[in-house]
Amino acid sequence: MPKEIAPPARVGLFVTCLVDLMRPSVGFAAVKLLEEAGCAVEAPRAQTCCGQPAYNSGDRADAQALARQTIEAFEGFDYVVAPSGSCAAMIREHYPALLAKDAAWSARAERLAVRTYELISFLSDVRGVTGVAARFEGAVTYHDGCSGLRELGIQAQPRQLLASVQGLSLKEMPDADVCCGFGGTFCVKFSDISNTMVGDKIASIEKSGARTLLAGELGCLMNMAGKLKRTGVQVEARHVAEVLAGMTDEPAIGEAGGD
Amino acid sequence: MRSTAHSFKDNAKAAMADPQLRRALDNVKTGFIGKRAKAAARLPEFEALRDASRAIKVHTLDHLDLYLERYEKNVLAAGGHVHWCESAADARAAVLEICQRVGAKTVTKGKSMICEEIALNEHLEAEGMIPVETDLGEYIIQLRHEPPSHIIAPAVHLTKDAIEADFRQAHTQFPKDRPLSEPRHLVDEARQVLRTRFLEADVGITGANFLIAETGSSVIVTNEGNGDLTQVIPKVHIVVASLEKVIPNLCDLSTILRVLARSATGQEFSTYTTVSSGPKRPEDPDGPEEYHVILLDNGRTQMLGNEFREVLHCIRCGACMNHCPVYHAIGGHAYGWVYPGPIGAVLTPGLIGIEEAGDLPNASSFCGRCESVCPMRIPLPKLMRHWREREFERRLTPAPVRYGLAAWAFLARRPALYHWLLGLEMRVLGALGRRKGRFAWLPFAGGWTRHRDFPAPQGKTFQALWAERQGTRAP
Ligand code: SF4
Repeated sequence: MPKEIAPPARVGLFVTCLVDLMRPSVGFAAVKLLEEAGCAVEAPRAQTCCGQPAYNSGDRADAQALARQTIEAFEGFDYVVAPSGSCAAMIREHYPALLAKDAAWSARAERLAVRTYELISFLSDVRGVTGVAARFEGAVTYHDGCSGLRELGIQAQPRQLLASVQGLSLKEMPDADVCCGFGGTFCVKFSDISNTMVGDKIASIEKSGARTLLAGELGCLMNMAGKLKRTGVQVEARHVAEVLAGMTDEPAIGEAGGD
Repeated sequence: MRSTAHSFKDNAKAAMADPQLRRALDNVKTGFIGKRAKAAARLPEFEALRDASRAIKVHTLDHLDLYLERYEKNVLAAGGHVHWCESAADARAAVLEICQRVGAKTVTKGKSMICEEIALNEHLEAEGMIPVETDLGEYIIQLRHEPPSHIIAPAVHLTKDAIEADFRQAHTQFPKDRPLSEPRHLVDEARQVLRTRFLEADVGITGANFLIAETGSSVIVTNEGNGDLTQVIPKVHIVVASLEKVIPNLCDLSTILRVLARSATGQEFSTYTTVSSGPKRPEDPDGPEEYHVILLDNGRTQMLGNEFREVLHCIRCGACMNHCPVYHAIGGHAYGWVYPGPIGAVLTPGLIGIEEAGDLPNASSFCGRCESVCPMRIPLPKLMRHWREREFERRLTPAPVRYGLAAWAFLARRPALYHWLLGLEMRVLGALGRRKGRFAWLPFAGGWTRHRDFPAPQGKTFQALWAERQGTRAP
């Protein structure tokens, strides 16, 4: 067990729509990591999606409505934590801008923004976690999700925590910080361009020599896993929280189930 | 030039199917990025200089009227002329008028994106003049009748072999068996051809990287020295520049120059930085007899007053496209008009209309790499998003996207319904996908499954499992 450094905190888990729908095990890994770091975790049922698809498609009205809904659902927590850099950045960096001209909501947006974090950086930077009590046999490579990296400065934290996992070795891929071509609706609106980008990414992953691909962003992982499967590359994809929490019993993303 | 931005997707597809282009684009990825990173790392104050450079532009744009007037006054004082041109047509007419008045036949040109923007070469050719590009990259694409594919490396889409073939075809005055396989041979041959052109030229046209209000000077930054020969040898020098190029003084120039070359090519300084102030004075040994500045607006004062103002900070270094994974995938021509890459995605709709260039600001994953390297810290993704907002407001967003979004937002705004309905759907999909773990095809997901499998959901949603867990726990 990591040493508990900071006082207990009430954390609202922003599960994110993709984790909620596609891969709930990432949510439970997040809960475990947060509880180990001395947090009391709740997951308000009034949450759905942070609104990125609307916001990035130019639909401000729906994005604002979802921002208000999310703000309302998460007021009252000490922190809001999401297992995704882009959703955390949406709340942290973009909600205040989105509601800046809304007198009734701008202050509420600001208050929520400063309390919102991406999971791994929250553990490292806010809770002072320096290591985890997990085991994972094998070499992994880590892809930096763009929003987490460039909007929230997440780069060292996941690598630091991964270094504490027993049995794990990190093999960096070239261009780990280059976009995988997901980009939310981008990957279906500009499917061919996205395909070239994810093709380049797969080539980088293969160069690392690792058999497991990790990232902190489920959208990117689904994109990369989907391409790995389609092209028959033998690399498994998982959310970094699964490995840090020692919860890797579930099949990897896109892998066949047990039964 | 005629825009093909409306067929961006087809352009991109064709570009990605061109193996020669993919090879050439690999050079962008490996060359520019590493050089910029090294140059930035070597200069401790690089980040501070970015802030200072940005501040200069912010200040100048806040007082643009004042600086433009001061600039004009000082150009006139030095004996030059300023032609204020609202549109591309005005600018073309002004250049033509000067060239015709002096009876110009050959017109040499330094590299200028504004000349591309106003399609000056075609115009001069139609009037019987011979415009000759003197920048090596520009010269090559002029031979090929192509537009530039990059704002600082116009022929970056070409490999050495392609250029050799072009030279053999165009330069029939040289022996057929001459060696041309080395870059050095190509440079020497171009130089030899261009030398006579420089001496023949009646008018020299250059762009300007900066206009200096305090001194009425135009500044060009080059690596080949061709710009200097273009503007010094002919009797008439015409500078074609857009009005946001003005900055207050030479001190500001030295600040911005310290980030420009480092961001562009990773050089500490470009090889030639030339400051020109007016025509030849009596005591000068050489220089043009006439000095004209074509000061182009072409929609920029409109941007000054709207949400795209920050695009006017751009110093055209090219770093945004050098670092753009979309540009790396498709190259510059796919963007369909003069300005490619992230800066093009923001600027082009402002200059030729969002109806024509609507795909450009959408064709970005918002990875943010452009903004992270832009020396002027232009928030390019944010500005692209503003274009998407305008499209959405005007219902220019494609119907399937609009309806899809509306349906999704309807659900997402109703958490109870959302959890119930999508919970059900995930259980079905989870059951269907369990054996394989993924789908090779799904209805309504062709954009995804054309190129990749769709990982199957685990089954029950987090919210469903969480409710179960809460239920089994002591309250
Ligand atoms: S937008 Fe920024 S990075 Fe791109 S060309 Fe302009 S100054 Fe350079």
